[in-house]
Amino acid sequence: MTDTVEAAAQDPGGEQPYAELGLKDDEYTRIKAILGRRPTDTELAMYSVMWSEHCSYKSSKVHLRQLGEKAPHTDVLLVGMGENAGVVDVGDGLAVTFKVESHNHPSYVEPYQGAATGVGGIVRDILTMGARPIAVMDSLRFGDPDHVDSRRLVGGVVAGVGGYGNCLGLPNIGGEVVFDPTYNGNPLVNALCLGVLRHDDIQLARAEGTGNKVVLLGAKTGRDGIGGASVLASATFNDEGGPSKRPAVQVGDPFTEKLLIECCLELYRRRLVTGIQDLGAAGIACAISETAAHGGGGMRVELDRVPLREASMPPVEIAISESQERMLAIVQPDQVDEVLDTCARWGVIATVIGEVTDGDRLVVTWHGETIVDVPPGSLADDGPVYERPYARPADQDDLQAESSAGLARPSTPDELRATVLSMAGSPNLCSRAWVTEQYDRYVLGGTVLAMPHDAGVVRLGDDTDRGVALALDGNGRFARLDPYAGAQLALAEAYRNVAVTGARPLAVTNCLNFGSPEDPEVMWQFAEATRGLADGCLALGVPVTGGNVSFYNQTGATAIHPTPVVGVLGVVDDVATRVPSGFAASGDVVLLLGSTDDELDGSEWAWVTHRHLGGRPPQVRLQQEQSLARAVHEAAGERLVTSAHDLSDGGLAQALVEAVLMRGVGAEVTIADDAFVTLFSESTARALVTCRDADVDRVLELLAEHDVPVLRLGRTGGNALVVRDLFEIEIHDLRRAHSETLPRLFG
Amino acid sequence: MTARIGVVTFPGSLDDRDALRAVRAAGGEPVALWHGDHDLRSVDAVVLPGGFSYGDYLRAGAIARFAPIMTEIVAAAGRGLPVLGICNGFQVLCESHLLPGALIRNAGLHFTCVDQRLAVENSATLWTSEFAVGQELIIPVKNGEGQYVADEHLLDELEQSGRVAFRYLGGNPNGSRRDIAGICNERGNVVGLMPHPEHAIDALTGPGTDGLGLFVSVLKSLVAA
Repeated sequence: MTDTVEAAAQDPGGEQPYAELGLKDDEYTRIKAILGRRPTDTELAMYSVMWSEHCSYKSSKVHLRQLGEKAPHTDVLLVGMGENAGVVDVGDGLAVTFKVESHNHPSYVEPYQGAATGVGGIVRDILTMGARPIAVMDSLRFGDPDHVDSRRLVGGVVAGVGGYGNCLGLPNIGGEVVFDPTYNGNPLVNALCLGVLRHDDIQLARAEGTGNKVVLLGAKTGRDGIGGASVLASATFNDEGGPSKRPAVQVGDPFTEKLLIECCLELYRRRLVTGIQDLGAAGIACAISETAAHGGGGMRVELDRVPLREASMPPVEIAISESQERMLAIVQPDQVDEVLDTCARWGVIATVIGEVTDGDRLVVTWHGETIVDVPPGSLADDGPVYERPYARPADQDDLQAESSAGLARPSTPDELRATVLSMAGSPNLCSRAWVTEQYDRYVLGGTVLAMPHDAGVVRLGDDTDRGVALALDGNGRFARLDPYAGAQLALAEAYRNVAVTGARPLAVTNCLNFGSPEDPEVMWQFAEATRGLADGCLALGVPVTGGNVSFYNQTGATAIHPTPVVGVLGVVDDVATRVPSGFAASGDVVLLLGSTDDELDGSEWAWVTHRHLGGRPPQVRLQQEQSLARAVHEAAGERLVTSAHDLSDGGLAQALVEAVLMRGVGAEVTIADDAFVTLFSESTARALVTCRDADVDRVLELLAEHDVPVLRLGRTGGNALVVRDLFEIEIHDLRRAHSETLPRLFG
Repeated sequence: MTARIGVVTFPGSLDDRDALRAVRAAGGEPVALWHGDHDLRSVDAVVLPGGFSYGDYLRAGAIARFAPIMTEIVAAAGRGLPVLGICNGFQVLCESHLLPGALIRNAGLHFTCVDQRLAVENSATLWTSEFAVGQELIIPVKNGEGQYVADEHLLDELEQSGRVAFRYLGGNPNGSRRDIAGICNERGNVVGLMPHPEHAIDALTGPGTDGLGLFVSVLKSLVAA
């Protein structure tokens, strides 16, 4: 028996299972106040998903405001935060949109489908803006490689990211893979999508124009993903977690999504839609309430018109199902036939399920009976906002006091050589080829750089030389030591990775992965990281365009390291000037840009050799990052540099190893000062750059103009990495150490 | 004077735009063909591109072979129309019996995308005449079901009649029998290969320009004819 508004009005005091749906007592009271009666079953379900942490950002909102309030002045933002994704002007009438989003909880429960639908979801966000999706990236974090669950998770997640993205025909151009026991039981799967559009192609998620039709496009609605946003993503895993929550995970169908993409792009091109919204978390409930709220009017939806996979589904499930590969379009009545014809040509199911109405009510009917009658804004925008209490973790001072200074350091040439080799083969620094070779990086024909280069670079079309560079970085250990600095270090690394390709950094997206916001210590980490990110973006002059928060990444009372993952996008005016990360030819001069201090706390060295985490992360040097970026950008524009590689995890040693291995070009370098510190410190704002002899003077001149310190290290060439007077390692040995680890662990 | 080369878009085709770009780069006139049509639009040759036609949830290429346009292509191939199948296109050609053998899941069970060394084994086909026998190429290979299989008798016959067009060098990425990367029919007008020549037409976006040779080959033979 379907619960109706009429029944709810007659039975105001009926007991309802709001707590099981994740609503608190005061939230339930508020719903009743808004409606002046108890909610119907369907309304209750809709409020529970729309007011979940995942959809409403109720714990993070008060902190995220800073990202807008402190945003640097810029002319490049065509659409800012708050829409499905920000849109950035890259010149020549072209714009790009990009965003990163988490799919952590589903990926733990069911790694393949969780990761696959993570990609599918972010791709639809980009499509919703009116853009053609042109590339994806993924930032993955897993527990200890030897943990009993790692093999299942790594294999499943990587296959899922690849399986969906490959079948969709989107090149995967980079990302990161990190292992740390902090992620045991809480893997992080953050997926990014990039899209391109012309300025006048921007679409907005608004239902405007009384009488316009509401058209549901794409897959039929099924029972998968019921309550994914509330039951799964807004709660902590406990002992009953994991596979028992599997029905809450959606199942992906990339083929249908591919058709949906091509179909939507044709609808946009022919100007057949006035508004469009993807269906993600909270499904139809979210799409209809958000488009109605943002259109400023009302909407009437006949839920019994929704095509179903299972005819027996009750309206409450239809409203909140998170079945994938669906979009909601707002269409003028005289264009409905043309829309349906276009969809038929692409084999996409299209159904008129309602219309835009006067007034301010969202009304949903089921076979003629009214089952929802609410103000749409109360679902979409006026959810609860919490000022959660926060407190600096009790162990924070002790953790910061326990620096790496006392750890035994390698000093003899043999020890240094052995350390370089063992670090090159360690799980976080070894070759990612086992992962990235499962991803198509060529499809669409625009990939100019992809992994293992520092950033992905794609050309924006066949008729333009313009491209964008993208990098996605995070460092949970640094953020654990100091979340404010940790967020800025993630930003600085992504910024630097984009800059060393020669691109000009323009804009930022972020995915903030944290434990439970109900834990004041986690909330402190979140507040600090958000403040750090906002301040950092202001200092670097790159605004945040959008992003995502993922809370409840914890098992029992143990939260993950706070892990802000930051994506930076830059523009390359002529992709032919892009700078690769690996040594390109013999005989080039090798330069180390930036200055190196003794900064080993939280470093990869401390972790790999001593399993140590303590002290303070490397100093954040945003002004130096900016100078470095400008100098490399100008040098690249004049085609002076033959390679440029960012220094980060593992320091100079690892940068040399990677630069040598990329094309098998050796190098001989001289290190004057403390060899250990020079090789393994993780001081920021540094890069390894090569140029031809003839260009050295001009490069040095540019660096001096920008006040970038520089050290002449040596020259490329030969079949080994030679550190003069200390050690040498044949490329063959280096490659073996670097490439064997992941296949051995997970192959 | 140039030739019109059609590229078929099936639902789920992914490298169709790349193939059209490669035709243009080689100097041909690219023509988009639609799976649901019975019209080859007077093209002089056809490329079946890479991708996951119909999602390839069944056997790769098994549904695409029933597309209306395949009826026309099978008939035209019989009359000598040059047809190139790349990756999913190769799978469709095998499913259509325009080429013998089958492609099954990679030996490693993973999708694999690498820059692959190849050797040209037959330069007498319409799609390989620009190459020399024994010439080495570097062309990306990317697939999940690229393991070429056939019975021993057929493999012997293919080798003896020179119908192995390309062979993998320096490592076999998918476990294909006898390192076979591509084959042709007896007449030499139909060629299928797993590697993607359309992704090797520009050093900026691929490992080099070795892939252009296939498209230039067919254009030259068509213009000469």
